[in-house]
Amino acid sequence: MARKLLLEKIGIEGIRYYDAYRKSGGYASVEKVLKTMSPDDVTNEVKKSGLRGRGGAGFPTGMKWGFLAKPQGVPRYLICNADESEPGTFKDRYLMEHIPHLLIEGLIVSSYAVGSNCTYIYIRGEFGWIVDILEQAIAEAKNNGWLGKNILGSGFDCEIYVHPGAGAYICGEETALLESLEGKRGNPRIKPPFPALKGLYDCPTVVNNVETLSAVVPIINYGSEEYAKIGIGKSAGTKLISACGNISKPGVYEIEMNISVEEFIYSDEYCGGIANGRRLKACVPGGSSVPILPANLLLKTAKGETRMMTYESLSDGGFITGSMLGSGGFIVYDEDQCIVRNTYSFSRFYRHESCGQCSPCREGTGWMKKILWNIETGKGKIKDIDLLFSIQSKIEGNTICPFGDAASWPVAAAIRHFRDEFEWHVTNAEEAQRRNYGLAGYAEPLKVAAS
Amino acid sequence: MVMNKFSEQRLKEIDNVISRFPDGKQKSALLPVLHMAQEDFGGWLSVETMDYVASLLNILPIEVYEVATFYSMYNLKPVGKYVFEVCQTGPCMTRGSESIIQYIEEKLGIKAGETTSDGLFTLKTVECLAACGYAPMMQMGKSYKEHLTKEKVDSIIEECRNHAAKNN
Ligand SMILES: Cc1cc2nc3c(=O)[nH]c(=O)nc-3n(C[C@H](O)[C@H](O)[C@H](O)COP(=O)(O)O)c2cc1C
Ligand code: SF4
Repeated sequence: MARKLLLEKIGIEGIRYYDAYRKSGGYASVEKVLKTMSPDDVTNEVKKSGLRGRGGAGFPTGMKWGFLAKPQGVPRYLICNADESEPGTFKDRYLMEHIPHLLIEGLIVSSYAVGSNCTYIYIRGEFGWIVDILEQAIAEAKNNGWLGKNILGSGFDCEIYVHPGAGAYICGEETALLESLEGKRGNPRIKPPFPALKGLYDCPTVVNNVETLSAVVPIINYGSEEYAKIGIGKSAGTKLISACGNISKPGVYEIEMNISVEEFIYSDEYCGGIANGRRLKACVPGGSSVPILPANLLLKTAKGETRMMTYESLSDGGFITGSMLGSGGFIVYDEDQCIVRNTYSFSRFYRHESCGQCSPCREGTGWMKKILWNIETGKGKIKDIDLLFSIQSKIEGNTICPFGDAASWPVAAAIRHFRDEFEWHVTNAEEAQRRNYGLAGYAEPLKVAAS
Repeated sequence: MVMNKFSEQRLKEIDNVISRFPDGKQKSALLPVLHMAQEDFGGWLSVETMDYVASLLNILPIEVYEVATFYSMYNLKPVGKYVFEVCQTGPCMTRGSESIIQYIEEKLGIKAGETTSDGLFTLKTVECLAACGYAPMMQMGKSYKEHLTKEKVDSIIEECRNHAAKNN
């Protein structure tokens, strides 16, 4: 069995509530940091652990905290990003529903490190019942002296508030989130200035993902060295993967970042293989925004090496033959799935969620959706495929926020790897209405280029 | 037309939300207060309701309209007593959301975006709700209904009908 750090205690009865959580050693990290460590010690410990942001971008967490401006007399804010809206991702929800005190504990330690006396959890509005779970956990923590004024006599004050959004994927982007928290539309801000300098109410702000902030607890408890030992190279520690699509056992799994993609999909400890005896066709390994890979490029890199569940291995080959670990939203497609229809569905999602500030994103997402629908319904032309590729390339890099890239990459990768299937939809329009393209050659072994 | 007003209890809750933010930043409470308004005033936000919220938070009505029109959870026209919000994004699609949507449409005799003539049900298609591993799924009020099948849809609809009959 793999080592569990976040889900270590998940099986304990009543772990959602304070008593069981505390009895199992909960809040020890708060005692440790408030009694024996300075805020900078905590930041250094997180730096040494190698923890990288679990929200999608994988930015080193300790380094991010180190960038925070600290002008005298200006409040600093820590914001927990619980917007969880990248399609395929449902891991933060699992932590918050089942072991909410782990997040609260991580938030207190992290708030101490960055000097936030007022910390907000920005949670997607649809998670109404999780708001209640978190509010209860916060009240329990407060009643037991872990929140409020002068915690454990340390002189450190901290309050945590839960703040619901109202249905907008873009509010997961950190500056859109800050706008939303200020009671405005979720329009991303132009950067710089970065939140570390000017964030919430123009004050220095750190935004981190739920899983990132929860991981701070085991790092403090077991020490950064122990944590850094898990995984491979710069992919340190454990990662939650939310696995879905056509697998036998969809769900949330904590992995050590040292297993192969093949093991993750086929072993009974994790996904349990492809459902109903079908064969693997493709996978989006890190949430809808990252490139889709056909089975052959998913299990092995273009160089013929075993593809691992790490940041580096999943992105091996760049966008030409690789993808990304992203948020850990792992979507598996079997041979009966239609790549064109799936790409259309993602385009519809991005069209719906574009905030509309930048014309390449606002117009481009709508245009891509329309063309994809035409191809899917047998009204497409071959030149539409090239047009699609050209539209996405003109959105990417030309927008205020990375949403534009996120909307472009899935289209680019689908055409890059599944062009046959797109062309078949055009040339065999009628047949394409009746059946799917199937597995075709997408799982066939790659020819390894001679070096 | 009768003007909607929050109860004393709600006004206290709203004060509590406002107190979470620094002085002068009461606008930060806007999203939570709009949720409360939608819950208390019939499941949607009329212009009167939005103006009322603006006056409570001491901001301009346009600041409320801007926000209410941006976020998909706010309804700007009346909805049925029970709103089915079925996820249609990729991961749910691979697990059969399209046939679930079609089934609900046939069963209720409405298309996505419409409300039944008895005012009981509204069907909406929505984008990813972070339940991909438990697909197909829909949101109903504050809860998620996951692993949907036709039988499960039948029993949810029946429960709603019974609930409505009891509460009339
Ligand atoms: C369009 C878009 C959506 C995002 N959605 C989320 C999200 O739902 N949750 C999240 O934690 N980060 C999301 N992010 C990343 C955040 O902007 C930010 O990088 C992250 O919260 C930082 O936390 P981390 O360093 O702990 O990962 C999103 C980014 C973009 C561009
Ligand atoms: S890229 Fe899209 S989502 Fe981001 S700011 Fe521009 S229009 Fe809005």
